[in-house]
Amino acid sequence: MVKKTKSLNLNFGPQHPAAHGVLRLILELDGEVVEKADPHIGLLHRGTEKLIEHKTYTQALPYFDRLDYVAPMNQEHAFALAAEKLLNVEVPIRAKYIRVIFCEIGRILSHILNVTTQALDVGALTPSLWGFEERETLMTFYERASGSRLHANYFRTGGVNQDIPLRLIDDIEKFCKSFPKIIDDLEGLLTDNRIFKQRNVEIGIVSKREALDHSFSGVMLRGSGVPWDLRRSQPYEIYKDLDFKIPIGKNGDCYDRYLCRIQEMRESVKIILQCVEKIPKGPIKSIDGKISPPNRDDIKQSMEALIHHFKLFTEGYRVPKGNVYTAVEAPKGEFGVYLISDGSNKPYRCKIRAPGFSHLQAMDYLIRGHMLADVPAVLGSLDIVFGEVDR
Amino acid sequence: MMIESLKKLEKFVNSELASKIQKSIIEQNEFLIEINESDLIDVVQFLKSNEKCKFRQLVDIVGVDYPEEEKRFQLVYLFLSHENNNRIKLSVRFQIDQTISSITKIFPSANWMEREVFDMYGIKFKNHPDLRRILTDYGFKGHPLRKDFPLTGFNEVRYSEKEKKVIYEPVKLEQNYRNFDFESPWEGTSYIKEIKDLKKDGKKN
Repeated sequence: MVKKTKSLNLNFGPQHPAAHGVLRLILELDGEVVEKADPHIGLLHRGTEKLIEHKTYTQALPYFDRLDYVAPMNQEHAFALAAEKLLNVEVPIRAKYIRVIFCEIGRILSHILNVTTQALDVGALTPSLWGFEERETLMTFYERASGSRLHANYFRTGGVNQDIPLRLIDDIEKFCKSFPKIIDDLEGLLTDNRIFKQRNVEIGIVSKREALDHSFSGVMLRGSGVPWDLRRSQPYEIYKDLDFKIPIGKNGDCYDRYLCRIQEMRESVKIILQCVEKIPKGPIKSIDGKISPPNRDDIKQSMEALIHHFKLFTEGYRVPKGNVYTAVEAPKGEFGVYLISDGSNKPYRCKIRAPGFSHLQAMDYLIRGHMLADVPAVLGSLDIVFGEVDR
Repeated sequence: MMIESLKKLEKFVNSELASKIQKSIIEQNEFLIEINESDLIDVVQFLKSNEKCKFRQLVDIVGVDYPEEEKRFQLVYLFLSHENNNRIKLSVRFQIDQTISSITKIFPSANWMEREVFDMYGIKFKNHPDLRRILTDYGFKGHPLRKDFPLTGFNEVRYSEKEKKVIYEPVKLEQNYRNFDFESPWEGTSYIKEIKDLKKDGKKN
């Protein structure tokens, strides 16, 4: 007699600690083997793109902090670059350095969170406690520059909002000197850890071809051995003057992606140290009064500055007609902004290309045939943050 | 460097797909081609498989709504070639009731992107394996990114203590959304313009 097996439907999330946010995953199980995964997303959908269409360019920027909220400034960067491309504004060199420093801080922020929570998902508690202490330090840097730990709203079209405080650079340097030791400690806990390896090696393997077909980018792509990093291949800001390596994985499994992230943090530290050393003095935003607001002193003295200030904070600036796509290498992959301007002070359309969206889409392909217990491990290594997936 | 390789690519694509390309532009260092919606599959297949193009990755699909125009919707496909380090934008314009061929057979990652476009604009895709809403709520009505969809939406949700469940209600706002029109505020409002025009005409007479 043949026994008929019925597959079991399991509802994973939307409130589940290993779902990294509000993911509802409908799993079809045969015993403990996953046969199909259907992610339901959109529980954190806030209509960012629609809202941006109704806001001026300056007002649109803070929405980008709320996308991938573990690395806010990297997102702002993509939007600022898009607007600058349309406006054809020159960014002062000091602003470029500041931007790069904070983008790399964002990368470290994101990778710490991802590596440690992935460890947490597979059963290791200590890394997250150690990692979060460092994140706290990094977020104070954010706070000292922008006034806010998370929702920075710091980048502007044509530069950054304000200059960084005097001692911040020294403190960032101090952090960079001490942080590699913390990475060593984290690695000591995880890299050769038997349990961590058992849970991650040869889990969620992605081949080169599949990585391309599924629109992977960032670590997901590099983990599979594709040497592609926008900072190197399509350099923006000052990345082409900086010396850094791009770590590449070999097997394309969760463990390789973990190793890539660890190495990327080390490279980011190197980049920040170079910037700290080289950062010049000078203006921090474009001197074009039609785009960047005047400083306080000028408003008190000059009528023209006062008018500019008023116009910029009511009407905003007009952006010439056109459409551009700009992408930056955010910690999670290629984060892009496709901006259409109709010549008015508001974007006609602003499409946000979030890396996590494509990565989560491949969940079904990645998890098929794996055990139920591998779901958190794979999900952890995808580096999903729902702010950007749902937008 | 970049722009030269783009110009080369433009020349090549134009000679290979001559009849299918409506317009090709290089602007801001970005290469955009416009095609008919009926040629979509062929062109995408060509861009992916041709040895000189090698656009192996679909970056995103962008929907755009132009309510005033006859061909109301536009889809922009963004492709990336890692080998040649190039990007290309593929634009398709079509009317509201037209269905577009799905490219999920060529790029599996188009699946969710097309679902998103369907959700946001109500554009239907032929041969799509699973065309459901993706970002909006279960049972949502309307297509939010269309320009005629109001920013505040139609329904709001709250937890009702009485019914002990989450309920949907029509949106009630204390103050309506105020959309300030900043278009050329220095020229005055329309009635002042009319007075000015009247005066001008008066002088002529």
